Amino acid sequence: MTTQADINREIAELRGSGGPQPRRDYPPYRSSMLRYPTRDLHQVDPEGVELWAPCFGAADIDDHEADLTVQRSGEPLGERIVVTGRVLDGDGRPVRHQLVEIWQANASGRYWHQRDQHPAPLDPNFIGAGRCLTDGDGVYTFQTIKPGAYPWRNHDNAWRPAHIHFSLFGTDFTQRLVTQMYFPGDPLFDLDPIYQSVTDAKAREMLVASYDHSVTAPERSLGYRWDIILSGTHRTPLEES
Amino acid sequence: MSFAPGQTVGPFFHLGLPYEGGNLLVPAGHPDGVRLHGRVFDGQGAGVPDALIELWQADPSGQVPRATGSIRRDGYTFTGWGRTQTDGDGHYWFSTLLPGADPGRRPFFAVTVFARGLTDRLFTRAYLPGDEPDPLLDGLEPDRRVTLITTREERGLLFDIHLQGEGETVFLSYPRQAR
Repeated sequence: MTTQADINREIAELRGSGGPQPRRDYPPYRSSMLRYPTRDLHQVDPEGVELWAPCFGAADIDDHEADLTVQRSGEPLGERIVVTGRVLDGDGRPVRHQLVEIWQANASGRYWHQRDQHPAPLDPNFIGAGRCLTDGDGVYTFQTIKPGAYPWRNHDNAWRPAHIHFSLFGTDFTQRLVTQMYFPGDPLFDLDPIYQSVTDAKAREMLVASYDHSVTAPERSLGYRWDIILSGTHRTPLEES
Repeated sequence: MSFAPGQTVGPFFHLGLPYEGGNLLVPAGHPDGVRLHGRVFDGQGAGVPDALIELWQADPSGQVPRATGSIRRDGYTFTGWGRTQTDGDGHYWFSTLLPGADPGRRPFFAVTVFARGLTDRLFTRAYLPGDEPDPLLDGLEPDRRVTLITTREERGLLFDIHLQGEGETVFLSYPRQAR
């Protein structure tokens, strides 16, 4: 069985090799081996629908979907947190009234998912999925529980650092992003082949939220701030509706 | 300005992303409806049972839909956007309308692929079969070009996606992306 020391060596060899986006061919993440395209991506100028993103609106979502702590009858276990930030496009403009979706493990590191066999307790009061729309300044806000780290089967005694999965849309199709938000100072960062699939240290840091006392809810929740910058839009200002 | 890196959707995305009716851009059985479907394959030709496919397209007249309501569909409004997961065989399907395009252009569906094991999303196009010239298709070798063209069937269109290896689908990047 591959050990953590083996994986650490592989991670070290590939450090800095891949630019600011994750390497698609990243052997330390074993599940990637048969699933990455071997040919270079073909660059194309976006046209038609690719110059636009799908629209979501208030009718698509209920307000309470942004609060993952009130979706069941009781209070979930764990550390309550606010996670908030702005979604910006590659030119620094806020992405307004656009969909943000998240999913995560509970405080014990267990997902509400049939395929999660980690023998940590499910929490009947925490499912771990939420949605919201950004406001007029591109701000999203979720109330949730700090997720736990959890083991996985990439190699012997592999553990994922605590994270929240984020799904984001921009103002054109090409800006689509699914990523993961991490918590500052996690001791598992150096050991994790998914986090390290982004081989550029500065780019990886963009995935780490900051603790922000100003977004806490007194006597209820601690708070984290995480701004998300998408790639640039291909539409010219004249095409903006 | 640098932008945030992607990360894999992992194995548990079903918790957060797919939703009831996500694959029904029009109700199944709609008089003008077609089934766009196919399988997602890995580098050994096995179906990928934990992939997620998103579809984004023009309406039949070639207009880009600007209507909300893709998550809570009303059954009448064509929003042009859908999302579905693959099943145990790696198969996915959408009920939708044929996209149009500007005159002389070849219509296509814009497709985004996510999967456990895929560190970042992949973009591609699923073109309707046809004769119109197209700058992307015309610039590809024939064996690569065919990976982007749907096959017409009695009730719809087939579009298989090969992540790796023989018949590997052409995946796209756009000018404002790093790679």
